[in-house]
Amino acid sequence: MERSMTAELTKEKLHDLRVFAEEIRLETLKIIRSRGFGHVGGSMSLADLMAVLYGEVMHIDPSNPRMKDRDWFVLSKGHGGPVMYATLGLKGYYPVSDAYQLNRPGTRFPSHTDRSLTPGVELTTGSLGQGISEAVGAALGFKTQGTGNHVYVCIGDGESDEGEVWEAAQFAAHYKLDNLTCFVDNNRYQLDGPVSEVMSHGKGIGAKFDAEGWHVIDVRDGNDVAQIYAAAAEALETKGVPTCVILNTIKGKGATFAEPVSAHSSQPTEEEWAEAVAAEEARLAAVRKA
Amino acid sequence: MNFTLKADHQKYKRANRDGYIAAMLELMKDDPSVVHIDCDLMGCINAGKLAAKYPERTFNAGIAEQNAMAAAGGMAATGMKVFVHSFAAFASRRDFDQAFLAAGYSRVPVHVIGSDPGVTAAFNGATHMPFEDGGLYMSIPNAIVLDSCDYVQTYSLTKKCAAQPEITYMRLIRKGFKTIYEDGADFEIGKGAVLREGSDVTIIASGIMLDEALKAQEILEGKGISAKVIDMFTWKPIDEELIVKSAEETGCIVTAENHQVGCGLGSAVANVLVKKKPVPMEMIGIQNRFGQVGDQDFLMKEYNLLADDIVKAAERAISRK
Ligand SMILES: Cc1ncc(C[n+]2csc(CCOP(=O)(O)OP(=O)(O)O)c2C)c(N)n1
Ligand SMILES: [Mg+2]
Repeated sequence: MERSMTAELTKEKLHDLRVFAEEIRLETLKIIRSRGFGHVGGSMSLADLMAVLYGEVMHIDPSNPRMKDRDWFVLSKGHGGPVMYATLGLKGYYPVSDAYQLNRPGTRFPSHTDRSLTPGVELTTGSLGQGISEAVGAALGFKTQGTGNHVYVCIGDGESDEGEVWEAAQFAAHYKLDNLTCFVDNNRYQLDGPVSEVMSHGKGIGAKFDAEGWHVIDVRDGNDVAQIYAAAAEALETKGVPTCVILNTIKGKGATFAEPVSAHSSQPTEEEWAEAVAAEEARLAAVRKA
Repeated sequence: MNFTLKADHQKYKRANRDGYIAAMLELMKDDPSVVHIDCDLMGCINAGKLAAKYPERTFNAGIAEQNAMAAAGGMAATGMKVFVHSFAAFASRRDFDQAFLAAGYSRVPVHVIGSDPGVTAAFNGATHMPFEDGGLYMSIPNAIVLDSCDYVQTYSLTKKCAAQPEITYMRLIRKGFKTIYEDGADFEIGKGAVLREGSDVTIIASGIMLDEALKAQEILEGKGISAKVIDMFTWKPIDEELIVKSAEETGCIVTAENHQVGCGLGSAVANVLVKKKPVPMEMIGIQNRFGQVGDQDFLMKEYNLLADDIVKAAERAISRK
């Protein structure tokens, strides 16, 4: 089936997506809080992308996670698992409270996304750089079989240090994988600090994808659902080449203990957790009312 | 080699990684050819201390392990002694061809530090949990492979690695685990350390399994069984002489490792026994399984890595004499 999207969202839909994004943020916090520590930074920066993809863009059926013609999402930066668990839970793949078993013995919700464990997780990631290669393979698999499935993948800006990312990029362009859209969570920080200090990206990650022959869209505010939606629509319309969407996001967005310090992983105190959850609840209420 | 066993092995106040950093600070001070390359995991082993003191010889390669490893090989070819660090999973599986060729086959001094070996990867889960890293490095013909257990041993072995002309690989428990040795211990690569003498069975262990082995020895003692305990921190080249001597003295062997038994310490010991002194042998370790997420206590139980498992294995080995 050919995929298509309306060019613009109605006011109501936009509102719903904003609400969904904050719901995802709140649940992401609760999921990580259930274990006390984890990758808050790289999870929270993605809540808005997840809301757009799972709220509007992707062809999915939560009651049938293995539906043949579904679209795939691959979280190549697998340490962002909690934001995906929140999203899938809120969509009804499982009760979202199931994910409060994050990293517990025998859990179905490990720190990094795992296709053998969680309904709705398509591919196993965690070794940075591999997820995009796997996603490229999936896109080629669908193309070769002539099915209409679209593959969405998200990589980190630190992850983009991996040579494998660029091997995948050249492969996807070479095979004209226009059923593939790659989002870059350009939150400007990796584990050891700012990307610009740890390992800089020359003319930029977008310029590198461009050089490999991709269509590149730069989304100025990668935490704005309207801008993300417009980019996803443009990606679907782009034929003959894969599309890369650079999302300029904020690491830790919304987590009061993580955002101000661009923390990669966090182990806040009970008071800090309580403060963060209360702040997110207030934001959700405000967005609902708006 | 000279060492004293701590009387009681309790949780260590000093993290093992700081043993590495302390040794590196001295090595870098004394020898301008010593460098550290990291892969966006400096924060995980406190390598910021190296960067603060020796910024011109501390490098962050970013999340790009294959390039880091081959670059380490190239740098070493120019006369430098290159330590390169990532999580053990990525410092082995991810960049193995580079380690094999640019470091091993090229016969240059690259010293690989793999942190979070085996179940110590805990909350990072399956993708970060290497049970085969030692086996991969043992398959490189000229490699030295080490599994260090505590701060003191890590400090000593880091210094010994720096003196090696060819590739070394050391598994490094990042955090403080258990105290095994008193300060000032000195270890010799290729020689096992006998921690307890015994006559009925020999337990050969390393890394986090040493603490379990020592506990097992005490349990066995209570049952009237006398166990010899060896810290075999060098997996390759393995101490053949000590293995054969222990087999002769005690008539059976149990190995204990935080790693696949099929390609690690157990198989290295079995290789020696089969050829030189076949005796009953049991292997405690990962039995052909993948990693998974969880706290270390849970994982030790899940993979049968506890003192009780060693005790049972010892009893089985003795019964087969
Ligand atoms: C191959 C590999 N090397 C190292 C790591 C350890 N690691 C996990 S997250 C991370 C930093 C990721 O930075 P980035 O891609 O920017 O993610 P984000 O900022 O979105 O959290 C590192 C080094 C890993 N998971 N995989
Ligand atoms: Mg980042």
